[in-house]
Amino acid sequence: MSEPAVDRTIDRSHMHVSDEVAIQITGMNKWYGAFHVLRDINMTVNRGERIVICGPSGSGKSTLIRCINRLEEHQKGQIIVDGTELTSDLKNIDKVRSEVGMVFQHFNLFPHLTILENCTLAPIWVRKEPRKEAEETAMHYLEKVKIPEQAGKYPGQLSGGQQQRVAIARSLCMKPRIMLFDEPTSALDPEMIKEVLDTMIELAEEGMTMLCVTHEMGFAQAVANRVVFMDQGQIVEQNEPTEFFNNPQSDRTQLFLSQILGH
Amino acid sequence: MSGLHADSTRFVRDTMLAEQEPPLTERGAVKWARENLFSGPLNTFLTVVGVFALYLILKGLGPWLLHSVWFANSAAECRETVAADFGPGATGACWGVVRERWAQYFYGFYPSEAYWRVNLAFVLLFVALAPILFAGVPRKVLWFTAFYPVTALFLLWGGSIWVPVVIMAGIAFGWVAFRLLGPFAGALIAAIAAGLVPVLWWLILAAPVAHLIEGWIPLGIEAIPSAKFGGFLLSFTIGVTGIAFSLPLGIVLALGRQSDMPLVKMLSVGFIEFIRGVPLITLLFTASLLLNYFLPPGTNFDIILRVIIMVTLFSAAYIAEVIRGGLAALPRGQYEAADALGLDYWKAQQLIIMPQALKISIPGIVSSFIGLFKDTTLVIFVGLLDPLKGITDAIRGSFEWKGVYWEPFIFPGLIFFLICFGMSRYSMYLENKLKRGQR
Ligand SMILES: Nc1ncnc2c1ncn2[C@@H]1O[C@H](COP(=O)(O)OP(=O)(O)OP(=O)(O)O)[C@@H](O)[C@H]1O
Ligand SMILES: [Mg+2]
Repeated sequence: MSEPAVDRTIDRSHMHVSDEVAIQITGMNKWYGAFHVLRDINMTVNRGERIVICGPSGSGKSTLIRCINRLEEHQKGQIIVDGTELTSDLKNIDKVRSEVGMVFQHFNLFPHLTILENCTLAPIWVRKEPRKEAEETAMHYLEKVKIPEQAGKYPGQLSGGQQQRVAIARSLCMKPRIMLFDEPTSALDPEMIKEVLDTMIELAEEGMTMLCVTHEMGFAQAVANRVVFMDQGQIVEQNEPTEFFNNPQSDRTQLFLSQILGH
Repeated sequence: MSGLHADSTRFVRDTMLAEQEPPLTERGAVKWARENLFSGPLNTFLTVVGVFALYLILKGLGPWLLHSVWFANSAAECRETVAADFGPGATGACWGVVRERWAQYFYGFYPSEAYWRVNLAFVLLFVALAPILFAGVPRKVLWFTAFYPVTALFLLWGGSIWVPVVIMAGIAFGWVAFRLLGPFAGALIAAIAAGLVPVLWWLILAAPVAHLIEGWIPLGIEAIPSAKFGGFLLSFTIGVTGIAFSLPLGIVLALGRQSDMPLVKMLSVGFIEFIRGVPLITLLFTASLLLNYFLPPGTNFDIILRVIIMVTLFSAAYIAEVIRGGLAALPRGQYEAADALGLDYWKAQQLIIMPQALKISIPGIVSSFIGLFKDTTLVIFVGLLDPLKGITDAIRGSFEWKGVYWEPFIFPGLIFFLICFGMSRYSMYLENKLKRGQR
């Protein structure tokens, strides 16, 4: 980790973890063919939690959060999101996807649509909002991520950091109750990482339930209430951030932290 | 820096230099020729050879073109005019054949008093195409586009007005079936019904119903049978219909090939590979000869319609493969983002995937269209008079024009070139337009 990407005081007044369960994962297993990627995952996420998931490459972090909105299918165990169990029932999948927003490493904006169209597409076609209303909402969120002036441009005309903030705004336009982030900053140049992290911090400050796969340990320390460490498809250790970083229990965690923190 | 003397490092400009032209060898035609024609021994050699070839062609063609004869009513008259004007032994192009017979190239054996119907259909074709080809045209014109096929059908073949009406009724029935079944039977079953109902209607009920209404209220224009169609009228009828239907069918096949449903996938792959493995001529022969054995005796299944179906299927298989290439070029992230936002399969295809895949596929799709249009000349083999050989042979076989060789081929060739070149230019225009702004 080079410079601290997070250099501000966090407003914690709206960050509280409620007793209500947002995501419940029990005994979940997943295979890619014969390869056992996720092994007996058990995890409960309460509303308002900010969870950072880390671990070495290939440990199954992406696969885990992609199971939560059914971009990947699990083969065993149970995933319940906001009271809806994920099965092959399309209705349930639609319901879960309408509650869960996702931000990808490579932004995955739609290159043939303008920024504004990217943001209004799903509200108009999925939530059947009138165009005008959808555009107002979109502008609201674009202002929030501080790029309303780019609304008429195409994704290809924006910097990586700006694109990622658009991607966050696009997800927020669907008014999700849970946000998933899969390494949102790892495709970005260092100077753009901060602007994306700032956006994510603001989201956390508003009390959004967040699951972030990231190696930005500064972010983890500043806003996470829990850090989950995965290795070889399993959850190896989880703890609140200060304890996790200062007093890691397992050897694997210690090794990983020493590598990533660079000493 | 450190090694230099102070007085040579210090420098302040007091007069600004005026802008100068580049040296002669770096300018205009000289520079261009040096860079493009004589940049090395090989290029110089090729340039010389090219110029020589050009010279030979011009030397051969030049006099022939310069001695062109427009106003002659027979090949013999042409020869006499050339001999009289340029001396015996001179050759000259005889465009008199084009001047006298152009109508046959365009209309085939369509009755001349009904040419206006063809002309009207042709003009309306551009009105119908405008909103599809150019973004500036009001969207409302699309309604006209939707009604164009039956309008053209009625204008070209004529007959009872009730035929196009019952055809449209079939589409309306399909729509009603979709609406009625959709809410409780699910989208797939509704879609199948929406496809099946019109087909059944057209095959079984449409003709008797049209006949019945015609009995009560006779209304129509002179019917002109398919046998009278020929020349570019025939090429356009087959080409435009084939293009219009092969694109949607190609999209469906490309999606079918990618489908998770094994049956759909198998059918699509089987269809595409079968069609691509068989020459178009075979399909046309099948359409004209073999089909008669399978159809109940006495059915009059129009030959042009049969050819259109075959050409459409043929072209659709190629277009499906072109679009598959476009689909493969899209990053998986696009599908994932669409899924994560909650778009269902069809909406994702319609809004995210297809617009991008089609954009990538434009050059390939247009190539297929051009191929299809040129392939319409193959209908000569099933007895229809295509503009290139059918009409030309008819003209060259006539008494007056016996002995005219190149001209009757050059004329339709030129028209084919203009149309295909136009399509290719349009595709470039479209690519440029879509590229603007993005990436
Ligand atoms: N579609 C797939 N088919 C087969 N194996 C896969 C597939 N996707 C991922 N894997 C494998 O599953 C394992 C976990 O992948 P995953 O992407 O979840 O790891 P990750 O922890 O996110 O790693 P990274 O930090 O590199 O993103 C890896 O070994 C990977 O090779
Ligand atoms: Mg990953």
